[in-house]
This record gives sequence, C-alpha cells and structure tokens, in this order.
Amino acid sequence: MSDRWRSLLEKICIPVGALVAALVIFGLFCALAGANPFGVYYSIYRAAFGSWSSFQNTLIQASPLMLSALCTALPARLGLVIIGNEGALVLGGLAAVAGGLTLGGWGLPTPGVQLGMALAGMLVGGIWIAIVGALRHYRAVNETISSLLMNYIAIALLNHMVNGPMKDPSSLNKPSTFPIPEMHMLGNLPGSRVHYGLVLGLVACGLAYFLIQRTTFGFAARTAGGNVRAARVAGLPVGKLTLAICFLGGACAGLAGMVEVAAVHGRANESLNANYGYGGVLVAFIARHNPLAASLVALLLGGILASGGILQRSHGLPDATVMVFQGIVFLSVLYSDSLYGKLPIFKARPPKVRPAPPMATATPV
Amino acid sequence: MRNPTFQVTRRQMVRGLLATGAFGLTVKLSACGNAPTASGGDTLTAGFIYVGPKDDYGYNQAHAEGRASLDGMDGVKTSEEASVPETNAVQETIRSMIDLDGATAIFATSFGYFDPHVLALAQDFPEVQFFHCGGLYQEGVHPENVGSYFGYIDEAQYVAGVVAAHASSSKRLGFIAAKPIPQVLRNVNSFTLGARSIDPSVTTQVIFTGDWADPVREAEAANSMADQGVDVLTCHVDSPKVVIETAERRGIFASGYHANQAELAPQGYLTGAEWDWSNVYNNYITMMQEGKTLMNGGIPHLVRGGFKDGFLKLSPYGPGVSASAQEAAEAAKAQLISGELVIYKGEIKDNQGKVAIAGGKELGQTAVELEQMNWLAEGVMGSVG
Repeated sequence: MSDRWRSLLEKICIPVGALVAALVIFGLFCALAGANPFGVYYSIYRAAFGSWSSFQNTLIQASPLMLSALCTALPARLGLVIIGNEGALVLGGLAAVAGGLTLGGWGLPTPGVQLGMALAGMLVGGIWIAIVGALRHYRAVNETISSLLMNYIAIALLNHMVNGPMKDPSSLNKPSTFPIPEMHMLGNLPGSRVHYGLVLGLVACGLAYFLIQRTTFGFAARTAGGNVRAARVAGLPVGKLTLAICFLGGACAGLAGMVEVAAVHGRANESLNANYGYGGVLVAFIARHNPLAASLVALLLGGILASGGILQRSHGLPDATVMVFQGIVFLSVLYSDSLYGKLPIFKARPPKVRPAPPMATATPV
Repeated sequence: MRNPTFQVTRRQMVRGLLATGAFGLTVKLSACGNAPTASGGDTLTAGFIYVGPKDDYGYNQAHAEGRASLDGMDGVKTSEEASVPETNAVQETIRSMIDLDGATAIFATSFGYFDPHVLALAQDFPEVQFFHCGGLYQEGVHPENVGSYFGYIDEAQYVAGVVAAHASSSKRLGFIAAKPIPQVLRNVNSFTLGARSIDPSVTTQVIFTGDWADPVREAEAANSMADQGVDVLTCHVDSPKVVIETAERRGIFASGYHANQAELAPQGYLTGAEWDWSNVYNNYITMMQEGKTLMNGGIPHLVRGGFKDGFLKLSPYGPGVSASAQEAAEAAKAQLISGELVIYKGEIKDNQGKVAIAGGKELGQTAVELEQMNWLAEGVMGSVG
C-alpha cells in the first residue's frame, strides 16, 4: 500500500476513532446518570437516522450548520480562526428581512424577492466578517477575539433593530420585524418537511470545496495560510485574499440567517439567535475545515441534536445531556488532532511490511 | 508466514464482536422498541415543552412543577422536553411527541413557540389539541385546535409590592427586568402601585437587561442597586436565581417571581409572585377527560385569570415580613379576588408627569389598553426607550 493510501486511512481512522472514543466516554456518563448506554446509543441512532421521518429531523437541524460552518472553515484555510458565525448569521437574517420587505413592497415576483433576500443576507454577513479580516490584516487585531466580540455587537444590533426602527407595532410581547409575506417564503423539498436551505447548504459546501482545492484563488489562500511570509515573497496579495475569504465565509453565515428567516421564522426576532453559529464552529473544527467533510459532520451533529429529545423523554436524562455529548465529541476530536503523524501504524515504513487493518486504530483516547 | 494467520484470527474476533453487538442491538430493539408508543385505551397523553431547563428556579420550573402535579392523576401520561429552542426544533419535538409518544394534547409553554411553530403544526395535526402559554389566540384568525392560556400575574406583583413597601426602610425598591415589553412594564407598574398604596414616597428603580437570561448583567444590576441603597429587589427575567442570591449576599430583601426561590435567600426572601400552573393544567386535563375539546367548543380557546381563578399564588412569607405587612398583603389579595380593588384605576400618571389613565377610569384585567402598556408609572425610575 502506498503512502497516499496510508495517509488517507489516517485521515479517516483518526476522526472515526475519536467519535468511537467519544461514544464510549458518553456511555460511561449515561451509565453514571442511570441510563443504559446501549439503550441510549440505540435511541440516538433511532431518533437521528432510524427512519425517513426522523432522518428529516436530522436534515432540518443540519442545514443551517452546513452554511454556518463555512464561516469558520473558509478563513481557516488562510490560517484565521474566526468564530463570528453567530453574528454574521443574525445580521444576515436581519438584512434578508429588510431586503425581502423592500423588494416585496416594490411588487417583485417571488424569485426576485428571494434572490434579493439571499443577496442582502450574504452581503451583510460577508461585510461583517470582512471587517474582522480587515482588522486582522491592517491592524493585527486577533481575529478570534474580535469576531467573538462582534457576535455580541451583532446580537445587540438585532435586538435594537427589532425593538426600535424595524419593529412591527403589533408584535407586543415579542418584538419582531414585519413578517415576510407567505408567498415569498422558501418552501420545502417535495415530499418532505425539509426546506430548500439544505440544498443551499450542500451546494455551498461543494462550491467552497472546489474553490479551495481546485482554483488558483484557493491555492493562493492555502499558501498564505501555510506561511504568510512565503506568500508575500511569492507576490501573493495577502490582504485582498484575507478580505475576500472572510467575505465569502461571512456570506455563507449570512445566507444561513436568510434561510432561517425565509424558511422558518418569516420575520427577524431574538429567536434567530439560536446558537447555529457556535454549532457551525464545532462542525468546521471536526471537519478539519474541509468543506465537503463539513457537510457530513453537519449531518452527524444534526443527528445528535435531533436525538436530544428522545434522550430526555425515553431515558429520563437531563436536558443538558445532548450538550454534554456534543462537548465530549468536540473535545475528543480536538484531541485526536494531535495524533496525526504520531501513530506508528500510519507512519511510512519499508514496503515489505503489510499495513495493519484500520480497526486496530480505534483507540486514540 | 505468521502474519496471515494472525489476521484471520483478528478478523474472526472482529466478526465475533460485530455479531455480539448486533445481537445486543436486536435484543434491545425487541425489548424497548415498542415501549414509547404504548398509549392504548383511554390514556390521555400530554406533551409539555419548555424553552429552558426544568430547574431554573423560574419560568420553566413553574411549568415543570405544573406538569409534575399531573403525575398522580388516573388515565394521564405526560411526556416532557426541556431546553427546546424557538426554532423549527420545537416543531420537530412536537411531531415526535405526537408520533412516538402518542400525545393528543401539546402544552407549548414558551411565548415564542406560537407563531409560526404551533400554528404550523396545528394545521398538520388537526386532531391534536395545542395549548400555548401566552394568551395569543385570536378567534377567526387561528386554527380551531389551538388554545391559549395566561395569568394576570401583575396581581401577585401588586401584593408583593405591598409587602416590599412594609419591609423597606430606605423606601427604594429595585426591579430588574428583561425587556421593556407590555407584559413586563405591567409587572413593574403593578409592583410599584402596590408599594405606593402603602407609602406614596416609595420609588422603584428599574433596570432592563435586554435579555431573558443574562445572569452576568442581572448580577451587575443587582449589585449596583444594592450599592445605591435599594433594599428590596425583585425581577422579571426567566430565572430569578441570580438576582435573589445576589440580594441575599448583599443583605437586602428579595421578592421572588415565577416560582418559589425561598431556599436561595432564607433570610431576605419576603414573598414572591408565583404561577400556579398545576391548577390550570389539572383543569385542562379534567376537561379533556370529560370529552371536551377545543374543536367541539367544550374547552374555551382563551383561558386567562388571576388570583380568583387560581392562576397565581404567593410564596409563603419569609422571616422579614411583619404581621402588619402580612395583614395588608392578605387584605389586598382578598380585595383583588372580590374585585373591589382594581389596580389600574385613574388617575394614574406616568413617570413623565403625563396622565396615563384618566381620573375615574377603571381598567379591569381584560382591558386592551393594558395589553399595549408602554409607560412606566409615577414613582418608577427608568425609561421605556
């Protein structure tokens, strides 16, 4: 077997091993909480992937995560750790409502209004994260901290807008914007209750993968991510790259906000701030910032979220259980990151020796 | 040539493990696979959904206690899920409660569940009854199988204000509130009006945190008010825990909200404006067991009430409540029940000096004006904007 295969095996086995380890630790936790771990595993499986109906729940939970994950995954290829997904998402949603109401008011047909909403959401989300990129590039402000702080500003801005300038006076006890007319809402995929946001998420992940892995732009971004100095010496426009990739990442989160507004809420209010942004950070890290992997990981996390209810109702576990599970998975995967290149089994060795089968590696923790 | 032999053994072992695992799964499958759907016969299954944890010492705990009061009832099975966000996750939870648990009545307890989530599901499941906490039902606008319930908890805040005025020596009360929305303003005003019915020199300082759950800002607000000489604190946030604990630590009095927080402040807890959902939920279940439904008109679509209808209760008085304070509080409560006392009876000025309710005008609890309240009464320090 060639080194290429060995490295591929390593890339598959380590995350899978980390998930298995997380399941084992979570099982111990469940046993301590008085629930049968195997019953819990089975319930998680059944609630997340067991039937078409429950799988739809997983897809519904996963679709905002795919888009929001790209807000972390794309800039990460340039070496930036950005966690401003939540902020870009809520502002994208707010902008989408503003765009939708304006365009709807002009009497545009539904496709035009929806396109306008998507563009408005992407533009605002993109600019929001581009600001983070600009602060990083021109003023050397730590992008993780600034994007985190900008989340607070964005949420405060959302609250201010729905309580003041954009408030629908009839929304008394839950201040909200005026609603998008029913006819301009994003519908569901035929034969399901999953909205078109899933398609947007999958397409965005595919495009992002192509952009990063298969274009000069992506190559330049990865080069700058590998070594900024070398990139500068090679004449790459690092500043422009930073702004562009931050804009694209933010645009994806903004689009996620637009989808939440246009497919679920129909208006912007505090419910928009539902932690999809932070979920997206988790997805991006587990996927090691690979956009294609992010769509799969989003499905996995969507499944975990979808199983939260059954853990409470069938096993009497506390409502925080699903967060504990998420936390264990996150930590375990982050830890497994340190194992790349360390496990002897994946190390390049003389060709005479046959590599061991993958099962033997499922114990990184 | 030892390698292949070794691999075969390992493969066998793996196969064995897989087979055992699969066997375990199938056993599990047959053992508990049918359990959750066992809702046969006349058993009524009701699903309860909360937006936060069940032990938050606040809004969600009040509902969870109401749910728990149904445990002893015959012919009722309940299913509950906590920390369900106001996104399409709540639609999925409702769907799962109906499909897997066999729920025929859903109690969606968070205000934000109503539009669009409960309304959407009510159309998908016309035979299931949906009860939403918040009083948002509008006849002719919303589906037949949707009902709404809420309490006039400002009555209990009025009485808590009476108690607070007795306990305060600085005559300065503090109110930590989430958002300047009508429901919250009504509580602030009623609390203040109650206090000023005892001593017109009492003032209430109000601080809006901007969020239903923001423990850090709640603690900051509580500390800064204690620094300024406020000596009774109350609040309207999802979980009063932090406010009550901070008040106790600072050695000032506290008045609870939503549920009973007495154990958090054994010294300074005066009383508290509590929901009594157990009564409301028992009534609903009894009506359903009698065959009444929202659809056949047996159950009213909008159920609201105060002390008189058993929607509210006061926390037991704490050690800081004098006998005269208790007497005044019980008298106010009795008058509210009998209808003698109307909280919003003119003339009431707002804190800008303008007349909010004209002299001689009485606004009963059902008055539309109260639903749209956007002013703070005289004696409240703070602003709505």
